[in-house]
Parts: sequence; C-alpha cells; structure tokens
Amino acid sequence: MINDKLIMKSIQYRIRLLEYIKKANTGHTGGSLSCVDILNVLYNRVLNVSPETFNDPGRDRYVQSKGHSVEALYVVLSDRGFFPESDLQTLCQFKSPYVGHPTRKIKGIEQNTGALGHGLAFSVGVALSGKMDRLDYRVFTLLGDGELAEGSNWESMMTASHYHLDNLTAIIDRNRLQITGCTEDVCALENLHDKFTSFGWSVRTVDGHDVTALGDVFCATPFEPGKPNMVIANTIKGKGVRFMENEAKWHHGVPNDQQYELAISELKSRLQEVGL
Amino acid sequence: MSLDPVIETGKANLEVFSQTLLEIAQKNKNVLAVTSDSRGSGKLQPFAKALPDQIVEIGIAEQNLVGVAAGLASAGKIVFAVSPGSFLTTRALEQVKNDVCYSDQPVKLIAISSGVSYGALGSTHHSLHDLAVMRAIHNCTIIVPADNFETSEAVKAAADMCHPVFIRFGKRAMPHLHNPDTSFVVGKSLLVCPGDDVAFIATGEAVIQAALAAEALEREGITARVISMHTVKPLDEDAVLKAGQECQAVITVEEHSCAGGLGEACASVLFQKGISVPFKIVGFPDEDTITGSQLEIMGYYGISPEGLTQTAKSLLK
Repeated sequence: MINDKLIMKSIQYRIRLLEYIKKANTGHTGGSLSCVDILNVLYNRVLNVSPETFNDPGRDRYVQSKGHSVEALYVVLSDRGFFPESDLQTLCQFKSPYVGHPTRKIKGIEQNTGALGHGLAFSVGVALSGKMDRLDYRVFTLLGDGELAEGSNWESMMTASHYHLDNLTAIIDRNRLQITGCTEDVCALENLHDKFTSFGWSVRTVDGHDVTALGDVFCATPFEPGKPNMVIANTIKGKGVRFMENEAKWHHGVPNDQQYELAISELKSRLQEVGL
Repeated sequence: MSLDPVIETGKANLEVFSQTLLEIAQKNKNVLAVTSDSRGSGKLQPFAKALPDQIVEIGIAEQNLVGVAAGLASAGKIVFAVSPGSFLTTRALEQVKNDVCYSDQPVKLIAISSGVSYGALGSTHHSLHDLAVMRAIHNCTIIVPADNFETSEAVKAAADMCHPVFIRFGKRAMPHLHNPDTSFVVGKSLLVCPGDDVAFIATGEAVIQAALAAEALEREGITARVISMHTVKPLDEDAVLKAGQECQAVITVEEHSCAGGLGEACASVLFQKGISVPFKIVGFPDEDTITGSQLEIMGYYGISPEGLTQTAKSLLK
C-alpha cells in the first residue's frame, strides 16, 4: 500500500516540479526528473526527520550534493511540510529565498550546495560526528554521476572508509547523461561498482525509479558493518516525460507552452492509470 | 640585517596556538583539531598525544579537510581546520567559500606557515594571496596575530564565534608586543607604540618590523605610531581614519601581496572618506618571489626595520 502511495507521489512531484520550472523559466529539468523517486522514498519512507525535528541533533540527514536538481528537493520538502508549497511560486524570482541551488535559508536544507563535489565531504563530517557522539542518526547524500569526475569525491570516499562510516550512504543518480552528453563519452566513469568497492565501500545497484526497491535498499543499511554504503541508482534523465527521457538537452531545458502541456498531459494520464 | 635581541624571547605563534587550543579542548570535548597530515607543522603533536579522540586526520586532501570540517561543525563540533595557508586558500578555496562561508558553518580556518614562512621552499608554499581572497569572500572574520598574546586571545575568541573565522600564523618565534592585561577585541586594533609623525599600520609578523623601525626613527627624532591591525576583516576603520587624520604619513605593512590585502583595505577607507595623506603599501610586488629565508625575503621587499625607516623618511620629506 505504501508503495502505491509512493508511486502516485512521484508522479505528483513530477507535475509540480515541472510547474515551478515552467513558471520560473529556469531549472534543471532532466536531473530533477531522474532523482525525484529517490527523494520521494527517502523523505516518505526512510528518513527520520520532519519540520518539527529538523533541529534535533539526532535527526537523519539528507544532503543534496547534486544541488542543481533543487526543484525536486523543493517539491518534496514542501510536501513534507517544511514550508508552504505556495512559496515556490517565487522560485528564482527577484529577492526570493528559493535560489536555483539549495541553501540553508530554506528549512529542511542542511547545507548550501551547487558547486559539485562538495556534498560527500560535508556528509562525511556529519557522519563522523555522529559516530563520535554515539548518535544513531544516518546520513544520506545524493550525487550526480557526472559529478564523480570531481576528485574531491574520491578523497571523501577514502575518509569515509578509513573511519568506518557505515552510517553514511551515498546515492549515485546514474542517469548516464551530463550537460555535454553521455558520461562515458565525456570522461568514462565505469566500472563504478568496482571503483567504489576498491575504495572500501559496500555497493548495491538498484533501479532508481523502483520505489519499492529503493526503499528496501535504503532500509538495509548498513550493508556491511564498518563500511560506508554506496547505492548506484540506475535512472533515466527526464524520466516520466517521454520526449525528455535520455536527452541531454533537457539537462536544464525549460519546456515551451506546447511541450509543457504535453508533459503535464502525459503525467496526468499516468496518474489516472495508477488509480487517482 | 640586525634584529633586536628581544625577537627570540617569545614562542612561535603557531606553538601558542597549539597550546591554547589544547587548553580549550581539555575543557570541552566538542573541540576538534582537523588536520591534513599537518599535525607536525601545526605543532599539534602534544594535542594529539593528550587528546587523541579530538584530532581528526584527513590526510593530504585539503578540499576534503574543509568539507569534512564543515560537516563536523554542522553537527555541533567546534572545529579548527589546520592546514598550510597556501593550500588552505588555494586548493580548498571553493570549499572555504561554499562549504564554510556561504553555508555559514562556524569552522575556524587555521592557516599555518603563512606568508613566506616557508622561505626557500618557494612560491608553491607561500601564501601571499590569502588575505586578498579571504577579504573578497563574504562572511568570514580574518585575524592575523602579531605576537603570542594576540595569538592566544584570537584562538580563544575564535572558539566562541558562531560564524566562520580565518586565522593566519607564521612559524617564527615572535617577541612580546603587549602587556598580558591588554584588552583584545576582535575588530579593534591594538596600539603598539604611540606617535604622530608617521603611522605604521601593520599586521601579523610584519608588526615587529614596524615596531623596530619606530625605535630607529625615534632615535632620529621622528615619532612613529605602530598599530597592530590583527583583525583585517572587519577592519578597524576608526583607527585607520585617525592615523590618516593625525599623522603626516601612513604606511601599511604586511607579509602579503600589495594587491588586495591590508594596504588596499586601508587605502579604500581613507580615500572614500576624502582623507588625503602621503601613503605607501609595503608588501610584495606582482612578481615571482625571490629565494631566501623568511627574513631575507621580507627584507628584500622592504619589510624590515631598515626598509621601513627609509620608506617613512621618504614620505615625510
């Protein structure tokens, strides 16, 4: 039952994030659509955090290292009650606190991100502090696959395994596309599983749009005691809108009126199919 | 170059930093030193021995050092991130800007062996840019202590600060410039010696050079005011304005590039207030730094008692 609700939420989130990107006339459409199922599962099934407990030292943390997909994060946080959804009408407008990348000015956001290769080191610090204080919170961080070219990530991976941070889970939004094109053409990443394993992480691969599988894998952490957890979530950039799927141009493309209507129509049809 | 014998009577500011940090950390287990294979150069071996659970070793990875420090601070730790000034403010600059300053994580960025402290090791190890880049980044206090007293007070003040702070140390033993009962306030400069013919506004390990120049000038009947501008940001604008209004010439002195450091900060204050006074920025020119020890290099560029004496006289002509 919970998974049926999650499936519906994912579609609703896609409709909303497209609405706000369209209104703002800016945004990272493709990456938000590829990662929104992951955020949905984290905030609606996994994370022990709420607007009421956001300042609790024992809360679970989520850090969005791929900060450009902030639209997905905003719609999920507003749905969870961290701020009124109507606030998002100001997204990226003059003087709006809702910037095009995450900032701590918005309740629910742990760290300012946007420049790539930063979220994992920050998450290592938070996870390490949890270990020092014997708090049992967990830290989840989401990285883009193109982001893995930033060397700082690999420094942080070494630190995480050195300090046995099994309370830390990094999720790779493996949609295989970055702004220039295919990740393997830009600067080949594979074999990621073996690379992460050799850096001392316990690695699982999952369908990044299967909310049941995502929930199960996140709830199974730590995969191995004493090792940080890596989840390679295979995703489709632009997922849910057929003409946007697997097209690098939708990295930060904004639909025109006709495209927007088409996208919303497809998503609403999908909503009806799943029972709303 | 002859130096006053008093120069060797103090300890290295770096050593005082380490001692002070240990004292603070012994009273509060949330105080951490985070290092990038820099516990030796940071004089932190006694800290590591006394409080092994309060030192976090990151290895030679400055970007990671600063990012992890931000995460630790976010979770409530009082974090001193210790790394050579050159690497902390170049390799890790984006982490300093975004993870610490923009995100307002109250990390204490400790730049060790700054300026030309590494002497003949050359420009890879010198930090003559750090004050300029840190001044241009919003939301970070910048402190450059001149002596052991200023160091101890700055470290204690930093531990209590709720926002980012950058503190810059050299590694040479420094003389005592102040009485221990002096009041140290972040953002308020300290008067090292009074005078109103010329004012030296100096910071860090350049302050003693200005103080020795003032002694030499006094023997020639010229009184020199020496101000230790330990806080470069926020700048003590009142002290700068008073120097410009009360003295016949103002000379800024820093172990830093002439571009973007203390001198340009003071010039900006004076010029925008309409105060016109003979003015000279003594620092490092826009060129590859000459090879030598710290004092040899500083002396070559005029950051010495002799050089500063000459500069003062030329401005007062």
